[in-house]
Amino acid sequence: MRANCWYGKTSVSVEEVPDPQILNQRDAIVKISSTAICGSDLHLYNGFIPTMQKGDILGHEFMGEVVEVGREVTNLSVGDRVVVPFPIACGSCFFCKEQLFSLCENTNPNAWMAEKAFGHAGAGIFGYSHLTGGYAGGQAEYARVPFADVNPIKVPEYLSDEQVLFLSDIFPTGYMGAEMCDITPGDTIAIWGCGPVGQFSIRSAFLLGAERVIAIDQVPERLQMAEEGGAETINYEEQNVYEALMEMTGGRGPDACIDDVGMEAHAPGLIFAYDRVKQAMMLETDRPHALREAIMCCRNGGIISVIGVYGGFIDKFPIGSVMQRGLTIKTGQAHVQKYMKPLLQMIENGDIDPTFVVTHRMSLDDAPKAYDMFKNKKDNCIKVVLKPDWNGNGSVKDDSYTVVH
Amino acid sequence: MYRNEESEPLDLGDAASISEFELEASGSRGANYAVERARPGLPSTSAKRLAKGLGWFSIGLGLAELLAPRAIASISGVSNKHTGLIRLYGLREIAAGVTICAQEKPTEGVWSRVIGDVLDLTSLGIAASNPEAKLGRVAFATANVLAVTALDVICAMQLSSGSNHGIHAQGTCIVNLPPEEVYSFWRNFQNLPRFMRHLDSVVDMGDGRSRWKAKGPAGMEVEWDATIIADVPNEVITWRSLEGSDVDNAGAVRFQRATGGRGTIIKVNIEYNPIGGVLGATVAKLFGEEPEQQLDDDLRRFKQVMEVGEVVVSDATLLGTGYMAQRPGQPASSQELESAEMLPSETATNYGSEGRYTER
Repeated sequence: MRANCWYGKTSVSVEEVPDPQILNQRDAIVKISSTAICGSDLHLYNGFIPTMQKGDILGHEFMGEVVEVGREVTNLSVGDRVVVPFPIACGSCFFCKEQLFSLCENTNPNAWMAEKAFGHAGAGIFGYSHLTGGYAGGQAEYARVPFADVNPIKVPEYLSDEQVLFLSDIFPTGYMGAEMCDITPGDTIAIWGCGPVGQFSIRSAFLLGAERVIAIDQVPERLQMAEEGGAETINYEEQNVYEALMEMTGGRGPDACIDDVGMEAHAPGLIFAYDRVKQAMMLETDRPHALREAIMCCRNGGIISVIGVYGGFIDKFPIGSVMQRGLTIKTGQAHVQKYMKPLLQMIENGDIDPTFVVTHRMSLDDAPKAYDMFKNKKDNCIKVVLKPDWNGNGSVKDDSYTVVH
Repeated sequence: MYRNEESEPLDLGDAASISEFELEASGSRGANYAVERARPGLPSTSAKRLAKGLGWFSIGLGLAELLAPRAIASISGVSNKHTGLIRLYGLREIAAGVTICAQEKPTEGVWSRVIGDVLDLTSLGIAASNPEAKLGRVAFATANVLAVTALDVICAMQLSSGSNHGIHAQGTCIVNLPPEEVYSFWRNFQNLPRFMRHLDSVVDMGDGRSRWKAKGPAGMEVEWDATIIADVPNEVITWRSLEGSDVDNAGAVRFQRATGGRGTIIKVNIEYNPIGGVLGATVAKLFGEEPEQQLDDDLRRFKQVMEVGEVVVSDATLLGTGYMAQRPGQPASSQELESAEMLPSETATNYGSEGRYTER
């Protein structure tokens, strides 16, 4: 089959690799109909996540049709249309029972690596370095899905791929970012980063009862999409974020702040140069500008929700501000399995249509071009969906798949 | 997984310690399960067997030196004017060999070989400065003597250390099931090869005895019989290998109910005399065979088998989880799958063509 493989910093290539096979009796094989590039894939693409190996298949947002199931998978049949969550959960460990699926204790066979880096290991993740298990990813024609009796969710035929694909990651991730804010009616939520996850956080915050959402970014088309979602916006290239937020909230600050940016934050001026140099010299692994700013801006006793991906160490972390002002920090990779059903219900109810975020549809074969476009925000690119069957024998169901713009 | 770097005494249990285990289980959790007493240690058969081998080697070499000193001189590249000295060294070798073979625990005999090795090396050094010496042959002979010296030193040290403690490894994990289930799975020793990578089979011989077959270093097959020393249901099992084992070993596994009924904490202590002694263990470490890491990996798989019914594999870890074993995160070819050691045996035969869905 064809698959998009990692070969080094900013180097990916679509290669012919063996088809996946059932290895355990709780596996299923899924023929992928749609797969997306995630903002966190750019951390791999940019070489910031260690333990990548040449030939690793990327991609953790995918869906498709079940073509084979292991003996012990009784709740799925060949032909079922499913969306696959990015963290792999076993369903029976302490954390899975607590619905903390991304912290599953059993699905990362390379847990020892993660223990060395983080003290403890979380769940295995598709196509996301050997540190998270070394599973082949979903930017491919087929994927082996372990614990298929626990993980994938069946989706109804009448919803299009693009309506349900983002249940695999960015919708639940953005939603959990907002949910961690414990929103009560009347709350003002500030959101750093208007990438795809940030876009879903904006809409989720409103769905959860926020009265005001203030979104922060510098890319005009992303700010425009945020405004279309009902947010007020701050362009950090043009305005001082702290001053703007204080002005908007009477000097108190937002009730909760979401970091939808993570380890590769951009910022104007010297502080960005400082972090970029330290990162390049391996003195810190992550550039935490957005997180620092969110802490300083949050109101006393407020919540900092960190859903953007961090992988290592940061410095100049304002712990004094956190402690003196009684802030609560909540974090985590999304427990996707917990959110898939209720969020699918919201899609079916018409509360939200996730297709708004898609700006580009391309063939899987164009993955290298798509990564470059997404990384460099060319052609106003916000979210790319890749279709393995793009140039196939007309098997793409929806004939509306043409490049937008 | 938590791991305590400090090795603590391994209590294999006897009547007295069983009652202490019971005391522990019913009483406070403050003290450590392993009671602080002298370790009974391992049966020292492997060091003794190595010593016997060295003894016979001594006798053979001694005879050669005594009867064919010229040939020995020629092989070693030294001048053949010293046949008298070589004959004398031959007598020394024979004496050491006979001493070793005659003694039950030949500590002195093996140390005398070490002294002999030093003499040999010194003589070779002096011989090398003689203009008649053939330097290539002297170097070859020196290398051989050095290799034997290493073996002698390891063997002598193993015999000398009164306690004869081998490698000690300790590991722990927590399983989301009550102690009764976890204990009975472990107590059924036939289950152990499902998660212990190096075990091929364990057969229960009845009467607390069991026969173990395992993969040793460099694909060697090793085998031993073990006997249960203490067995307190749902709390502890300890075992020790019997005399005559390929690998002398002993171990203890303890089961402890986690707080709030959150499963069972398992603590394992194992001790063994590695094949090839300390040197062998060091070489094995260089190839990623680190005992504590192996135990941790085994326990992680134990947890997987208990909680999800199978050993969890990813594309990268089909050939093992070690750093060197990682393959790319992409599906393996059928050929690679054949050699994958992490797969359950019932699926390992199912592989069809690797292009089962797409043309290749």
